[in-house]
Amino acid sequence: MSEMTRDLIAVRDGRDREAFGRLYDYFAPRLKGIMIRSGLRDGSAEDAVQDVMLSVWHKAAQFDPHRAEAAGWIYGIARNRRIDLARRRPLSLPEELPEPESLEPDQAQVIALQQEARHLAEALDRLAPEQAEVLRAAYFDDISHSRISDAKGLPLGTIKSRIRLGLERLRHELRDIAP
Amino acid sequence: MTDIRHHIPDDVLDAYRAGTLPHAFAVVVAAHISICDACRAQLEASDMVGGALLAGEPKAQMRPEARARLMDLLDTPPPPAPRGSGVFPAPVMSELNGQPPRWRMLGGGIRQQILFADRSGSLRLLYIPPGKAVPEHGHRGLELTLVLQGSFSDSEGEFVRGDVEAAHDEIDHQPVAGPGAPCICLAATDAPLRFHAMVPRLLQPLFRI
Repeated sequence: MSEMTRDLIAVRDGRDREAFGRLYDYFAPRLKGIMIRSGLRDGSAEDAVQDVMLSVWHKAAQFDPHRAEAAGWIYGIARNRRIDLARRRPLSLPEELPEPESLEPDQAQVIALQQEARHLAEALDRLAPEQAEVLRAAYFDDISHSRISDAKGLPLGTIKSRIRLGLERLRHELRDIAP
Repeated sequence: MTDIRHHIPDDVLDAYRAGTLPHAFAVVVAAHISICDACRAQLEASDMVGGALLAGEPKAQMRPEARARLMDLLDTPPPPAPRGSGVFPAPVMSELNGQPPRWRMLGGGIRQQILFADRSGSLRLLYIPPGKAVPEHGHRGLELTLVLQGSFSDSEGEFVRGDVEAAHDEIDHQPVAGPGAPCICLAATDAPLRFHAMVPRLLQPLFRI
């Protein structure tokens, strides 16, 4: 499990402020970078980051390491925040899932998800700089990535395999745009 | 949850993820994701890519006092999370302002409540008794219809709780509610519906459908 995911679980289970501080130090400057990249001025970008990080603290009970790792989960909160700043009405959000019944994780699934995250990071590393830039622009400039997501919906299966299939699909598409 | 066979079209889900979908449609997407794990997982998988890309992004320095200021805010109570009620998932309850629907009769036992309407589209709840048909209509734009209770069938197939029908302007369809519980749907359109029969068309401005 990544250190960030471990820290987020410590925030979730123990309201651990030190762990939260580490997440803040890692994510706040990077989130501010993408907020500026998406067109916000320095001050608004910083306010948006503060909102996102406060939501991370408040919503940590929702974090489920079977479904997400820390960076993707936090990115999702930041994406929603950025969208709300651009819209007249806040974006309608899905109902939150019930909090996981047991805090005891299914290790195999958690590890499988972390492995997918690593494979994904490796796939991103292998992209040529121009392609990586296309992808970054798609994610961070207009907060959309229609370029790589026009494949059909995921096949049905268990929750676990769905997420993993989704990631496999994305990795597959990344391969397609790589040289 | 496992019976859902009709999902949000990919282009609509992309527009939702990008934040560009008009409000009426965004509510339907959020309500579908509330009860459809496959679409939720698709969104989560895409956020995972965003998270992975974040690692390589250039950092922008936060102001020195920002960290301490946020730490001081951690004791403030979190805003309450919106909750669903009965067949209505949280995004629908938000549109209803937390109240049960206040139906208006449309005739033939069919009822509706307009939840939202502006130039970008309209959103309403429909209540159709078993076996009843919604007047035949075509569309000028896109219509997204999510089943919240019961079922309906039309030329495109059968739709049960969680299913979404995406009808474009070329589809002429006549949904008929299935047997059993009354069919309750959440429907978003980006243009007023066209009804074929003369009378419903005259009534359209009255009922805003």
